[in-house]
Amino acid sequence: MTKQVFNFKDYIRPRFFPHIWCPGCGHGIVLGSLLRAVHELGLDKNEIVITSGIGCSSRISGYVDFHSLHTIHGRALSFATGVKLSKPHLKAIVPMGDGDALAIGGNHFIHAARRNIDITAIVMNNRIYGMTGGQFSPLSGLDKKATTAPYSTIDRNFDVVELAKSAGATFVARSTVFHANECKNLLKKGISHKGFSVVEILTQCPTYYGRKNKEGDAIQMMEGYKTNTVKIGSKKLEKNPDLIQRGIFIENTDIPEYCEAYDKIIETAMKGKA
Amino acid sequence: MAKGKTVKHLIDKEWCKGCGICIHFCPKNVLEFDKHGKAKAARPEDCIACKLCELRCPDLAIQIIEEQEVEHEKQE
Repeated sequence: MTKQVFNFKDYIRPRFFPHIWCPGCGHGIVLGSLLRAVHELGLDKNEIVITSGIGCSSRISGYVDFHSLHTIHGRALSFATGVKLSKPHLKAIVPMGDGDALAIGGNHFIHAARRNIDITAIVMNNRIYGMTGGQFSPLSGLDKKATTAPYSTIDRNFDVVELAKSAGATFVARSTVFHANECKNLLKKGISHKGFSVVEILTQCPTYYGRKNKEGDAIQMMEGYKTNTVKIGSKKLEKNPDLIQRGIFIENTDIPEYCEAYDKIIETAMKGKA
Repeated sequence: MAKGKTVKHLIDKEWCKGCGICIHFCPKNVLEFDKHGKAKAARPEDCIACKLCELRCPDLAIQIIEEQEVEHEKQE
């Protein structure tokens, strides 16, 4: 399969296109990177199950031609946990928005990370709730404007990478939609990793976040990702420590995966000894 | 253009929403808006098939197809 030339039409449900995302929305670039990652890994379409919650980003599950579950807000990881435990041979991928992952689904997120279950969580971070009209999210950050914060926010934001690391995720990476190729490579690594992988992808919401915070259109926001991010440990950080780092922050293969540990419990139980 | 290759730009005008990301990030200035505000390949002969437009198109509306010109006899 990998030898074939990539054609995204092999991996999507074309009847749902053009998609509902706004012009310039970065979510489509994440979708493209995900399809390329799946293609390059040579995965069969029937091996993958995409589980998503609610939000702009969660629309992905309808667009891809894999097994897909469009579930309830914030609980996509719980549904994916159920799927993965009953069918461990499937590759579980969960695309989530920042609010879906860390506000409504915050608890599910940290517990999936703690269990180290073999799921790839893609946090598509546009720093706002797009679908419902531009409310601020736990990733908006201080002094940002939103529909629900017309005089700017007073809430500090989560750092997805630090949160996932401390909750126990065994693969944590970050990229942006400007770096679409890097994004694809990180997704490939995340999907191949045995354990809970978190890939945070910064993506622009020109309609709400960009407009409210005067960050310009999609193009200017993408230029921003180019100038405001650096690879991990870059020398530019010495001059400007506020730059956002991209790359793989943690990759740990020593911790047992949840489904495998569970299989051992089943084995012990079948022997009839407590 | 890459030697001995022609590059075809398949742009789905129904799917393109005219965000201009492909036009802005094209290193060779190949693309521009057509009169309907959608992307079009205005100078396809300058294309180096880097596929940055295809990678970054949020609407999955661009496909770059590289075609090797038939020159087998010369190469041998």
